[in-house]
Amino acid sequence: MFRVSVLQTTDVIPSKEKSRCGRVGGVSRSEKMVKQESESANRPDNTAFTQQRLPAWQPILSAGIVIPGFVLIGLAFIGIGVALLVTSRSIQVLELDYTGDGNGSPCSSCSQSTTVNCKCSLNFTLDTLFQGPVFFYYGLSNYFQNYRRYGASKDDNQLYGDLSYFTSPSSSCSPYDYDGSKNPIVPCGSIANSMFNDTFTLTRTVSGKTDSVPLDGKGIAWWTDYNVKYRNPSVTPLKNAFNGTVKPIDWAKPAYELDTSDASNNGFVNQDFLVWMRRAALPNFRKLYRRIDASGDYQNGLPAGNYTIDITYNYPVRVFNGAKKVVFSNVSWMGGKNEFLGIAYLVIGSLCVVMSVVMLIVYAKFKFPDEE
Amino acid sequence: MYTYRPVDTFKDEDVHILDREERWFERGVKEAIYVKRKRPSLNRGGDVTWKVKANDRPYHQLPEFKKKVFLCIKKSKYSGNAIKTYKYNVITFLPLNLYEQFKRVANIYFLALLILQIIPEISTLPWYTTLIPLVIVLGITAIKDLVDDLARHRMDNEINNRKCEVLLNGRFQEAKWREIQVGDVVRLKKNDFIPADLLLLSSSNPNSLCYVETAELDGETNLKFRMGLRVTDERLQEDHQLADFNALIECEEPNNRLDKFTGMMLWDRERYPLELDNMLLRGCKIRNTDWCHGLVIFAGGDTKIMKNGGKTRFKRTKIDELMNYMVYTIFALLILVSAGLAIGHTYWYEAIGTKAWYLFDGKTQTPGYRGFLSFWGYIIVLNTMVPISLYVSVEVIRLGQSKFINWDLQMYFAEKDTPAKARTTTLNEQLGQIQYVFSDKTGTLTQNIMQFKKCTIAGRSYGSDPFYSKIQPVDWSWNRYADKKFQFMDHSLVALVRSKKDKDAMEFFKLLSLCHTVMVEHKDGDLIYQAASPDEGALVTAARNFGYVFLSRTQDTMTIREMDQEMTYEMLALLDFNSDRKRMSIILKFPDGRIRLYCKGADTVIYERLSPNSKHKETTQTALDIFANETLRTLCLCYKDISAEEFEAWSRRHKEAQVTMNDREAALDAVYEQIENNLMLIGATAIEDKLQDGVPETIAKLAKADIKIWVLTGDKKETAENIGYSCSLLTDDMEIHYGEDVNEKLTRRQASRRDDPQAYRRGKKKTAEPFFPGSNKNALIITGGWLIDFVDMACECEAVICCRVTPKQKANVVSLVKKYKKAVTLSIGDGANDVNMIKTADIGVGISGQEGMQAVMSSDYAFAQFRYLQRLLLVHGRWSYIRMCKFLRFFFFKNFAFTLVHFWYSFFSGYSSQITFEDWFITLYNLAYSSLPVLLVGLLDQDVNDRLSLKFPKLYIPGQQGTLFNYKNFFISLFHGIFVSLIIFFIPYGAFLQTMGQDGEAPSDYQSFAVVAASSLIFIVNLQISLDTSYWTFVNCFAVLGSIAIYFGVMFDIHSAGIHVIFPSVFTFTGVSSNALRQPYLWLTIILTVGISLLPVICIQFLSKTIWPSVGDKKYEMELKEDDDKKKPSAFQRGRRSRRSAYAFSHAQGYADLIASGRSFRRRPQAHGGPQESIREIPRRELTENDRRYEV
Repeated sequence: MFRVSVLQTTDVIPSKEKSRCGRVGGVSRSEKMVKQESESANRPDNTAFTQQRLPAWQPILSAGIVIPGFVLIGLAFIGIGVALLVTSRSIQVLELDYTGDGNGSPCSSCSQSTTVNCKCSLNFTLDTLFQGPVFFYYGLSNYFQNYRRYGASKDDNQLYGDLSYFTSPSSSCSPYDYDGSKNPIVPCGSIANSMFNDTFTLTRTVSGKTDSVPLDGKGIAWWTDYNVKYRNPSVTPLKNAFNGTVKPIDWAKPAYELDTSDASNNGFVNQDFLVWMRRAALPNFRKLYRRIDASGDYQNGLPAGNYTIDITYNYPVRVFNGAKKVVFSNVSWMGGKNEFLGIAYLVIGSLCVVMSVVMLIVYAKFKFPDEE
Repeated sequence: MYTYRPVDTFKDEDVHILDREERWFERGVKEAIYVKRKRPSLNRGGDVTWKVKANDRPYHQLPEFKKKVFLCIKKSKYSGNAIKTYKYNVITFLPLNLYEQFKRVANIYFLALLILQIIPEISTLPWYTTLIPLVIVLGITAIKDLVDDLARHRMDNEINNRKCEVLLNGRFQEAKWREIQVGDVVRLKKNDFIPADLLLLSSSNPNSLCYVETAELDGETNLKFRMGLRVTDERLQEDHQLADFNALIECEEPNNRLDKFTGMMLWDRERYPLELDNMLLRGCKIRNTDWCHGLVIFAGGDTKIMKNGGKTRFKRTKIDELMNYMVYTIFALLILVSAGLAIGHTYWYEAIGTKAWYLFDGKTQTPGYRGFLSFWGYIIVLNTMVPISLYVSVEVIRLGQSKFINWDLQMYFAEKDTPAKARTTTLNEQLGQIQYVFSDKTGTLTQNIMQFKKCTIAGRSYGSDPFYSKIQPVDWSWNRYADKKFQFMDHSLVALVRSKKDKDAMEFFKLLSLCHTVMVEHKDGDLIYQAASPDEGALVTAARNFGYVFLSRTQDTMTIREMDQEMTYEMLALLDFNSDRKRMSIILKFPDGRIRLYCKGADTVIYERLSPNSKHKETTQTALDIFANETLRTLCLCYKDISAEEFEAWSRRHKEAQVTMNDREAALDAVYEQIENNLMLIGATAIEDKLQDGVPETIAKLAKADIKIWVLTGDKKETAENIGYSCSLLTDDMEIHYGEDVNEKLTRRQASRRDDPQAYRRGKKKTAEPFFPGSNKNALIITGGWLIDFVDMACECEAVICCRVTPKQKANVVSLVKKYKKAVTLSIGDGANDVNMIKTADIGVGISGQEGMQAVMSSDYAFAQFRYLQRLLLVHGRWSYIRMCKFLRFFFFKNFAFTLVHFWYSFFSGYSSQITFEDWFITLYNLAYSSLPVLLVGLLDQDVNDRLSLKFPKLYIPGQQGTLFNYKNFFISLFHGIFVSLIIFFIPYGAFLQTMGQDGEAPSDYQSFAVVAASSLIFIVNLQISLDTSYWTFVNCFAVLGSIAIYFGVMFDIHSAGIHVIFPSVFTFTGVSSNALRQPYLWLTIILTVGISLLPVICIQFLSKTIWPSVGDKKYEMELKEDDDKKKPSAFQRGRRSRRSAYAFSHAQGYADLIASGRSFRRRPQAHGGPQESIREIPRRELTENDRRYEV
């Protein structure tokens, strides 16, 4: 019996194994075993799986693969890095802080007063064309939209237009679920309550004449948010759906009157509301405010000239050492300006190439010690 | 100094079977007699409180026999005969099983976590992230338990419903076992299992002799006999007598001593002592006895075998322990990290949170209290560092490994249709770490088949080696009594014997046919020999085939057939074998009046006693050397003529000695010594104790793998040493130290404390006789230091053989090594005497051979041949270990990489225990996205294939050293995980800073971030496991690609509009994946993250492999280079060897006592009466499988 099993072991291993990534196993079996099959009820199955001889490939990190691999990956990364960096450099960004914490800054008076709809304006000058399409963002710093309880403070059923949640908002919205006199708040929760409520208008002064730049507020939110995730109750007029509810405590207007100019841009599908409700990942973030409407003079972006942003200053950020800004930017295939990724690719790519050289030297030293 | 207690680590209740000590049986009897004579007080009162009244069931329900069960419910203390081994029934299954499961710390932990998650204040993760995995885990385990318990139910039912005859209402009726009660009289037939512990009343044999096979109790296949009391034998033969039987039995309470029973029978105002000798124990089988009657003394759970059933010790592997420590380490880490983050939250909230009006939550909690809540929140968030699936996955992998062991064709023994069987599924990786193997000898290394191979008669050797000749075996057709299975190769010897010319040859076989204690029985015209040891059977069978047929014996005659002539000899004395004498003699009176002594024994003792006139001394000596070199077991045969006067004189002394009260054995030995001298040498026999196939090769392989092999055997020194050589455990380049020298060495080492050697284990490379032969009652005072030195010394040796060890000592040796060496041990054995050792060792292996099933039943692994051990250890063990280590390393890594991302995110989310990933991702990460590939690596990976594993036993060494999984590896995994989690967080962080999407919308929202980080993580862990997989089958490939595909599939589903419409508040990531993943920028982020995580690993692996290649790498490359020019292993060499000789009896004394007692014969036949008569009256015995091997 012992000899038989020795034979089996040798039988089983195909000689192909010499190759570096040799196949191991195989389905070949000695036929003599078949004869006995009938007498042996307990005989284990003879399959490649049960005998652990599944055909397999044994990869080995050999010098021939690793070193050229590193060179190739390094070069590819450098290529990507250069492309990213070049693209990123070509993107124009204009960022203006209007928090008003310095005395010289235009909005400092507004930032200190508690007046509702305090007005201030920022001026800036473009020397050359700001290549379009141009996007108009507002940015907040040191603002923790990613704070856990803040993020949980909403009622997705309510926001999906489920009327039963209008009258009894989820407790997750607390303390913004009911107002002082136990009226349900719609939309409830901290996120909705703290919605950004500064507004901006942009004007260009061309040879003494002020021209308001057309801003497009449509389609600034995700398509899925607008069409799927948020939904107004199918009640017309919308206002009736909100009967018996109150507006969020810090809001000036109820949800159904957010956009007086466009009836369809109200309730939970108001674009600004949608943008705000999409929580930022990090404490410093930008949110899209408007697009510069590419029409007329602004076909190719913002032409050179003097511009004024008129700000309705409502949103308090100085209490928590936050900052507010407006940002103009254009985009490329990679999105907005960000040099981090390009530089990271370049660094990693170069390191790969360097390491491939190091590995080559080490390999040579240890594999062929005689030649040293 | 502490007192040495012989039972050291073993409490009495842990000893499950009787020790197969020499003469345990006689000892028990003597003990009983002693108790009766010397301490009559013990007979009454004290522990003798068990009262059984025959044929009186109501008696046992009397109030005095009730015991309190629960509150005031009382029950008879006498168990019914139904046994119950199952754990659950329909109602208790759920609560009991859950209770059992929650005894595991891990499950309690997860339950606690679940409860934490329900508290809204701190619920940072939805409850289902813990509940779903927990339910799945509990469910799988419950199903497994259920299946196991169903099997037990079936088994119990089968046994409880066995049939037997019970005396009810004055006649025997068929009843089920479960209906038997204490006090019942039962009738058993041949080959019946004994249903309860019975008092033997009468049997069909003379003197109520009853043969039992105790294989299930102690593994011995030799038949034992039990005798009924004379009074019951005489008065309880008929049914009506039995029905009127009304004795009261008083005996000890049920206990687990298989070797002891004391009791008293009160019948008709007479008292009769009861001993173990009168008992038939449950689990034995009636053999050779047509029917017998017994009185039930202990039933069901009270029987000795059930009392011995003890709990199986729960064995854990080293990895288990290590894993537990690591889990504790992780807990500590978890608490530390959570505490740190909680403090961070406190400060953050004070500095920023209180001012951030938008975070106002209407609660007036202090920052400190918020920090406290945040601590629990983080405990929940970071709990995935110890995932629930860890334990399940480990179980699944072990189960898989066990299946592979069961399926292995190369461990399947076709002859007996026995596949290998992993009986425990929790120990596989331990097989890869074995440092010490403790092996039984008989039946494990050897087949326990003795074959008469060679002999030397009057200086001439016979019997050629069948290996080198093509000669047909001798044809025995001329001899109608010949055993057809006996093979002999040397035709010249047969011719010589048949010619009747050679007096020596005739004397030689005559001696073999006369000088023994074999019992014979006639069945269907065939002779069946029942020998005390297989050696003896082999010799008598040889004589039978050569024409000297042992036909029958009575108390004082022996009848043999010498060629064609039947002869009866009067047996004057039988000088039985014992281990000191190493010989046995018989004194016969020939029909012509001559008196002759025949003696056979070990050459050492025989040569000392040879007459100076004896011829052939040198030639026989040479032949003995040759035989011993071939590892045959030799015996010298000689005779001596004794004059009538001389015998008369000796016989008187003999009779005196026989009645000596003090130390009768010594007195007898001295008398024997007086007559066994001046012997004339006839020749010597050589018996082959056949090794199992492949034993020497296996032992050599294991030795190369640095596994130390100790042989623990009940055999004598010489036999054991012989086997040691033949199985290449001992080699000629070894210096052999015997126990005696060891003692000196130890003494020298510790000159101050000694004086004591420890009667138990002796033996260092070879063992010694016990210090206090034959006695168990010596007090020993030894210090721990001595033990350590002893173990140290033994462990320095390549091989250790311990002889004459009892089962308990075997276990003690194992536990000694375990205790002082902290080594991983494996015991392998086949008999019930190995059960202790098997249970004690970290791994117990049972050889499912001819002996009983006890060893197998208590083993963790069972297979049919010793040689499979090399495959079990070097292939399966090694693979299991490597796979498990790889699995654990990776599993810890993947969960660190996954969980610690939350940690980094904390710094940017106000330490608010905000999770980085979507909650559904957290729920499914370990279940669906990352577990399959690593599970498959745990199941299928092979760094080298089985052939190389066997070819290079050195590959086994990393396992013994535990280098593949230890704290170092754990921390490497931890740091690797920290590194990867850093990358996974900070690369997307950098990419998300101040950026916007292709179409101007800001993609830097939390949900997109979560998707990018999660996708990177999935790619990284799946590619990392691909890098770690060394054996790529299509299944692995499928699993890796499948996991990634499942991730994307599930994610797109969860993010789809459809599911949001149904559950708007459960699936809130609507549209995120489609929005985020259409940005090339985010894909580039993912690629960079994956690249940075994997490239350094590849680089480090390559460099370390180049600079410090592992054994496996080297072997593999070597194998690739010189695949074909394997050197042929040099032929098995037999070097010069010292002569080894052994007396051929293996364990027990012969049947001399029984023969001499005459109890097996009803009437004494006339001195030279017809043999037929005596033949008829000898107890008949059926030919069984077990007997056949004595008749080789």
